[in-house]
Formats: sequence, C-alpha cells, structure tokens
Amino acid sequence: MKYIDEFRQRALAQKLAASIQEEADSNRQYNLMEFCGGHTHAIFRYGVQDLMPSNITFVHGPGCPVCVLPIGRIDNAIQLLEQHNVILCTYGDMLRVPASGRKSLLKAKANGADVRMVYSTQDALKIAHNNPDRQVVFFAIGFETTTPPTAVAIKQAHMQGLKNFSVFCNHVLTPAAIQSILDSPEVRDIKSVSIDGFFGPSHVSTIIGSRPYEFFAKTFQRPVVIAGFEPLDVMQSALMLIRQLNEGRYEVENEYTRVVTREGNLKAQLLVAEVFEVRRLFEWRGLGMVPNSALQIKPHFADFDAERRFKLPAIQASDIKGCECPSILRGVKKPTDCKLFGTVCTPENPMGSCMVSSEGSCAAYWSYGRFRQPDDKTKREGVAV
Amino acid sequence: MCLALPAKILSIDKITDMAIVAVGDVKKEISLALVEDASVNDFVLIHVGYALNKISQQEAERTLQIFAEAGLGGGGPV
Ligand code: SF4
Repeated sequence: MKYIDEFRQRALAQKLAASIQEEADSNRQYNLMEFCGGHTHAIFRYGVQDLMPSNITFVHGPGCPVCVLPIGRIDNAIQLLEQHNVILCTYGDMLRVPASGRKSLLKAKANGADVRMVYSTQDALKIAHNNPDRQVVFFAIGFETTTPPTAVAIKQAHMQGLKNFSVFCNHVLTPAAIQSILDSPEVRDIKSVSIDGFFGPSHVSTIIGSRPYEFFAKTFQRPVVIAGFEPLDVMQSALMLIRQLNEGRYEVENEYTRVVTREGNLKAQLLVAEVFEVRRLFEWRGLGMVPNSALQIKPHFADFDAERRFKLPAIQASDIKGCECPSILRGVKKPTDCKLFGTVCTPENPMGSCMVSSEGSCAAYWSYGRFRQPDDKTKREGVAV
Repeated sequence: MCLALPAKILSIDKITDMAIVAVGDVKKEISLALVEDASVNDFVLIHVGYALNKISQQEAERTLQIFAEAGLGGGGPV
C-alpha cells in the first residue's frame, strides 16, 4: 500500500457519490465548511464539488496559515531584515505575501536582504551553525502540525547553547479559530451564512487528536468529521456529515483513522507544552483579535524568542484596498465576489494572501478554473453521477 | 504549507534520530524526533522534514473497505 493512489480511485468515487446522492435530503441545504486549505485544494483539484448534488455547498474556511497571518507580522519580519540585518529563514510560501507599502520578503531579498527559504527547522539550525557571526531568525508560522518541529529546533538550540538563533513565533491554534468563526456575527445571523458542519483538519489532528473538537461540537451543535486530504477521504467525510445532519446528531467522528487517534501524538504534544504557552490575544487576518488562539515561547526559552531579543513592536497594518481576503477567510464571500480577482490580482501578481498560498481559496479558484462557470449550481445539476 | 506525505522508512540513525525515507522514488532525510518507536519499513506521515505520526495499515484497509461498501445502502461487504 502507498496510502495515496488507493484513496484516489475513480470507481470508488462514483460509489461514494451515489451514496451521497441517495442520502442527501433534497429538501434541505447542506453547507459544509472545510477548515483546512488542504481540503479546499483536494476539492478543487479533483472536482469533488462536481460529484455532489446541488444542495451540498462547500464553504472554504480560514485553514491556511499563510492566509491568516496579518500583514503587521510580515512587516515585523521585514524590520528584522532591514533594521537588524538578520538572516531570516522561512518556509517558501511566505516569500510573496504582500506586506505594507507594496513590500514582500521576496522584494526585500531582491534589495539585498538575506532571506533564506528552508524546508525544515533543521535547515535553519544548520544555517545558524554555519554563520556564527550573524543573527539567524526562523520565521515560524503554521498550525499545530508545524509547531512541534519548531519546538524541537528551540530545544536543540537551547541544548547546544546556540547564541545566534531565535524564532519569530506565529504559531496559531485551530480549535480557537473554529470557535471564533461560529461566534462571529455573520455566522450567527443565519441569513448571511450558515455552516451546518465541519470537515475537521487532518494533519493538525494527527498531533492534537480528535478530542479538542468535542467541546464545540457540543457547544455549537455542529457535527465535525476529521477528514483525510485525499479526494475519497473528503467524499466519505461529506457522507458522514450528511448522515449526522439527517439524524440530528452533532458529534466528532473520525474518517482519518489511519493516522488520527482521539488522543493524538502525545510525544509531540509534550514537546510543544515544554516550549510554548498560550498567547492571550493574537490577530488573525479575517478573524481579527482572537483570544487564546496562538502560542508564544515560554520564559525558560526567552533567549530564543526573536520578539524579545529584537524588541519587535506590534504593528497595526491594514489590508490592501479592495482585497476581500478577510471575508473569504470567514466563508462569507467567494473569491469571485472580489473586484480584484483575476484582473489586478493573479497568482503571478497576488494582492492578498489567499492568492499567494496554493491552499488559499483565490488561488484554488484561479488554478482550477471554477470562475469560468458563471453559475456553479446550474452546471452541477447537469452532472450525472 | 500543510502538505504532508506518506513515506516509507528505509533506514534509521539512532544517534541523531534521523531517518532516510522514500516518497515514491524520491529519497529524503527526515527527523524522527516526534514519533515513538518507529522502525524500518513503517510508513509515516512526513511534514516539513519531520515524521508526524505512524500510519496504520490496518486502519487504512478498513477505511478502503468502507469506501467499497458505499453505494450499497451502507450495508455489508461487497
Ligand atoms: S482575489 Fe486577490 S485581492 Fe481579491 S480577495 Fe483574493 S487575494 Fe484578495
């Protein structure tokens, strides 16, 4: 087994589609939000939406770490380069995200700043070892999936007594964000947008397990199905959500049992708890200030905290005028509702973060041509499954 | 960004806790710092250079079986 091809088989997709068609009640609407950009990507790439009856709508959520990072934090990263002359290491996706004043890390690099794209936190540590005379900062972003590798790097740097390595921490927490979406006025006001159920994050859940979602499945009375990232996983999870909604249940179910357990990866959780603590308040693009939704480095490891080492100020920066990323991230608008979509804003020349990241909704719409269909619904009704 | 891939462990360096894994035909060096007792031939989910978790073959087969049963009214095996 390769754990990939098996979960992309066409014949099985047809079967799942038939089941969904049969079980979805044609008298009701099912709005299912996928929190993760990985699901958004799978839905577009494999045309999963086309296999669904017209009363099932996928609402794309904020689950892309690149998309939800507020501009002020990227401005901070550029400050580190320009004012403190550090070597800034980061994952590739961050390079083209627009910052204030039409800047980006890529433009800073073109102007001579030392930005290095890394694949792993191990690479960032190596760069610090190889450049003892320079300060090396790892620009850390990501959800619970990407946090444990940062924790490992900080612990290693601590053990090795590295004096020139620190982390600019922007790690965020999934459950707090989902809760904030359900708390937002647009979602509470059923008329503008309603979300009936959630595809739970797959890789985030490999670390934190399925348990953290139980609280709000109950509190907000919405079903959650932890769903793998392959197209068949997404379809099976849609079926499981539809069944729960039909039966009036709101539980946490797990479709992705081959990697996710209820408890998650305890070793990784302990490492994270050793190095990080919850940040009281953190700004998310699209969701604003969300309480207890991010992590910061514990005082014990303060020497490795770039925010303290370089005394980074909080920057309030506003989004580029006309960019609808904030509403798109809350599932309130679609990329095609943005006036800049496909005209001023394209993947080659992105104006907002949702167009930069391949997991962003705008990039998915653009790459897979959804925008060419003037009316998705009429088109879909004609699709035979 | 959140992309993670299934990979097969080919060899393990116990001292550094690093492993060589195969993703299809591509070989990569990754860290095993986040997983407990992984061994050669195990499949792990890898992300930004780390194994996040082991993949359970038994569970994967069970999931595929559930897919195969779809379209039969959720009933018995095919
Ligand atoms: S199309 Fe571009 S400008 Fe419009 S919301 Fe998407 S990223 Fe922002």
